[in-house]
Amino acid sequence: MAKILVKKQLSKDVFLMRLHAPLIAEERAAGQFIILQIDDDYGERIPLTIADASIDEGSITIIFQVVGKSTLQLSQMDTGDEIPTVVGPLGKPTHIEKFGTVVCVGGGIGVAPLHPIAQALKKAGNHVITIIGARNKDLIILEEEMKSIADEFILCTDDGSYGRKALVTEPLKEVCERDTKPNMVIAIGPPIMMKFCSETTRPYGVFTQVSLNTIMVDGTGMCGGCRVNVGKEVKFVCVDGPEFDGHLVDFDNMMSRLNSYKKIEQEAHSCFMEQEIKQREGLL
Amino acid sequence: MNHHTPEQLTEEAKKIIVEYLDKIDDMKPKERIKIPPQEMPSQDPIVRSSNLDEVALGYTIEQARIEAMRCLQCVKKTCVEDCPVQIDIPRFINHIAHAEFESAAAVIKEASLLPAICGRVCPQETQCQSNCAVGKALKDVDKSVAIGRLERFIADWERATGKIAIPEVKPETGKKVAIVGSGPAGLVVAADCRREGHHVTIFEAFHKLGGVLRYGIPEFRLPNDIIDKEIEVLKAMGVEFKTNFVVGRTRKLTDLIEKDGYHAIFVGTGAGLPMFMGIEGESLVGVFSANEYLTRANLMRAFDKGHADTPIYNSVNVAVLGGGNVAMDAARMAKRLGAKNVYVVYRRTEVEMPARKEEVAHAKEEGIEFYFLQNAKKIIGDENGRVKAMECLRYELGEPDQSGRRRPVVIPNSEFILDVDTVIVAIGNGSNPLISQTTPQMNVNKWGNIIVDETQKTSIDRIFAGGDIVLGAATVILAMGEGRRAAASINKMLAEEIEKEKAIIN
Ligand SMILES: Cc1cc2nc3c(=O)[nH]c(=O)nc-3n(C[C@H](O)[C@H](O)[C@H](O)COP(=O)(O)OP(=O)(O)OC[C@H]3O[C@@H](n4cnc5c(N)ncnc54)[C@H](O)[C@@H]3O)c2cc1C
Ligand SMILES: Cc1cc2nc3c(=O)[nH]c(=O)nc-3n(C[C@H](O)[C@H](O)[C@H](O)COP(=O)(O)OP(=O)(O)OC[C@H]3O[C@@H](n4cnc5c(N)ncnc54)[C@H](O)[C@@H]3O)c2cc1C
Ligand code: SF4
Ligand code: FES
Repeated sequence: MAKILVKKQLSKDVFLMRLHAPLIAEERAAGQFIILQIDDDYGERIPLTIADASIDEGSITIIFQVVGKSTLQLSQMDTGDEIPTVVGPLGKPTHIEKFGTVVCVGGGIGVAPLHPIAQALKKAGNHVITIIGARNKDLIILEEEMKSIADEFILCTDDGSYGRKALVTEPLKEVCERDTKPNMVIAIGPPIMMKFCSETTRPYGVFTQVSLNTIMVDGTGMCGGCRVNVGKEVKFVCVDGPEFDGHLVDFDNMMSRLNSYKKIEQEAHSCFMEQEIKQREGLL
Repeated sequence: MNHHTPEQLTEEAKKIIVEYLDKIDDMKPKERIKIPPQEMPSQDPIVRSSNLDEVALGYTIEQARIEAMRCLQCVKKTCVEDCPVQIDIPRFINHIAHAEFESAAAVIKEASLLPAICGRVCPQETQCQSNCAVGKALKDVDKSVAIGRLERFIADWERATGKIAIPEVKPETGKKVAIVGSGPAGLVVAADCRREGHHVTIFEAFHKLGGVLRYGIPEFRLPNDIIDKEIEVLKAMGVEFKTNFVVGRTRKLTDLIEKDGYHAIFVGTGAGLPMFMGIEGESLVGVFSANEYLTRANLMRAFDKGHADTPIYNSVNVAVLGGGNVAMDAARMAKRLGAKNVYVVYRRTEVEMPARKEEVAHAKEEGIEFYFLQNAKKIIGDENGRVKAMECLRYELGEPDQSGRRRPVVIPNSEFILDVDTVIVAIGNGSNPLISQTTPQMNVNKWGNIIVDETQKTSIDRIFAGGDIVLGAATVILAMGEGRRAAASINKMLAEEIEKEKAIIN
């Protein structure tokens, strides 16, 4: 059981919640995630990154985008409500040390998991270059937070409605071409964005770490649903990851696996929406 | 096989029992051997292959008594020798023959804590029933006294009559025992340690209790309310449960001792990391580990398509790789989820299959097809990365290997294509990685299984382990056996400490 302490809408489809989860707050480190379930009998287990935590308040922060039925239902819960299942922190924490210059690239909702990592890297004494991007202005989140910890800050949108009109790979390429190459890149966002960031850095030989958001069930290394091909090996994202060397990840396979249940999920989502609309009409 | 309805079996039993009741204690072995073995009443195969209700329905009183009368009450009790927890089998069976069901229950409880579960899932044909004198005399192990069914009968009778006794708990000792994992091993340790008056907390990673009993074994073999009942008993004894708690992550294992004041820990985290074949095409969409498939269907209730949010793959033609209980459960579940054709592809022959015989028989009745001496070579995908077929190879039996089973050998150029859209891999599990990953000082073997001594103690003081995390994927009864041994060691350790503390105060 975790009580919702705070709920905020960050953009049209993106919400922030602070949950009461003192044990998780105490143990978690940057890069780790939780799994939550809105209904203990019939709910789906959804993994979400821990975007921040406060040991004093005993709280963790999650930031999520509404993409389907479960995230929609979560977005309809309110301050004071209890989420029956919140379990974590899961996954291996990000390895933080002083690498030198690190480029943090965040795409869309990926900025949420990137934030605690960028923060930790900065604290460890790295020169942090931050690039964040989204399809349009409305989808940009955590701009101020990211800006405040960055030594250099670049913001772009696909349609040019805010910041530079570009995909994040463009400024990333420029940074790689500088006289002193960055020591490392961390890219978090939609799989397609992480794939192209990895392709961008590959010719420059800059180590690129990505954080994978595969489908998960248990999150403890029991089911194998989260498996990905990394180099010649099969890895389980929930216990071996979620972070991997982007140059070794088979993104195409991962993307097709993410779509395993697309049709069923879309049906569930639209069915739920229809019911909602009917209910509202009934109320009128 | 001809399906007999429960009504037919009951009628028949009622008719014939009259003949035996008069001479219940006077029959010669020859006569007893002639008593017809009682068939287990079961749901109609066609009806059951689209529902999740229990397949085996349990003996009626008359059937149980007739079956019990078949027992020869041997002096050399081979059945007891072959039982991992040494239940006094002939004694409890004799009570059943005489309709003394409460006494029968008491005999079983001396040795086994979860008879309703073991009676349903133990591989009796390789344990107690394997050398039963009756089966030997009739030269057919299937005609041994049906010890497992009788055990289940007693457990069900106890539940139905509300006679389940809550074990007595000794006065509080002030000692705290933490149990990691709520599978059969953990549940048994909880009961045994709580009885001694220790405070017991079970930590479970999932939101529901029972381990594999809940998320792996489907309800058509082991209904959830049976597990719930066992857990209710533990709760009534005062055992505390903490779900959604991943030891190693939510709290370090050793912190439970150092920060939270537990005096002993039992690690029963079970098997983990499903194994795959390592063949081409295993990462295609439509390839699942049996663990994932069954967890979605059981724990996450994806079987209930109208209500559950967790999706499950829509399949028409399914191949299941493997020959154990896990493979049988996955195959039969796929059928119940609407698959038209389900093929079990197994490298060896039916004789070598490790699955319980009853499950294989039930699977066949439900229309599951068995492809023996065949194995997957590669899985073939369509342009969207989804499974569309599987290439297989045929095998023949060669020389015996270390396990004494004849080793299957590939027949060259025997490739053929099986049209399937789903492949479920059920070829075993590695060990659960979480504890060893987060507790580097714990000694594990090269497969990641925790190493324990003969008292089930690990390389870390006050920490014990048992069940699948020690044995590798094993059985419910072996996990329980290890749990009992660990509990005895924990109880002994704590009792000695309490003695010492008393000595100091005095
Ligand atoms: C380690 C990890 C960290 C994540 N962190 C965040 C985060 O901080 N913020 C955020 O908004 N999202 C995050 N995600 C993704 C999030 O879990 C999914 O968006 C969510 O599960 C979708 O649920 P739904 O029912 O609303 O949508 P659905 O209708 O179930 O699915 C919509 C789409 O989401 C994807 N998806 C479905 N189920 C899962 C699943 N169990 N795991 C991952 N993806 C899935 C699929 O591509 C699907 O097509 C993370 C995922 C992982 C694995
Ligand atoms: C599909 C299937 C069918 C089977 N059929 C049979 C059968 O017919 N007969 C038979 O005898 N055996 C059968 N088995 C095997 C049997 O179920 C296992 O041997 C037995 O359950 C092992 O018990 P256990 O207590 O060691 O672990 P498990 O039952 O695996 O329980 C371990 C528990 O620990 C929890 N856990 C893991 N890590 C952590 C952690 N870090 N913190 C907190 N909790 C944690 C898990 O979530 C789980 O609930 C079957 C297994 C499967 C998968
Ligand atoms: S071996 Fe068979 S006949 Fe002999 S006591 Fe055991 S169950 Fe009865
Ligand atoms: S989510 Fe089940 S093994 Fe990773």
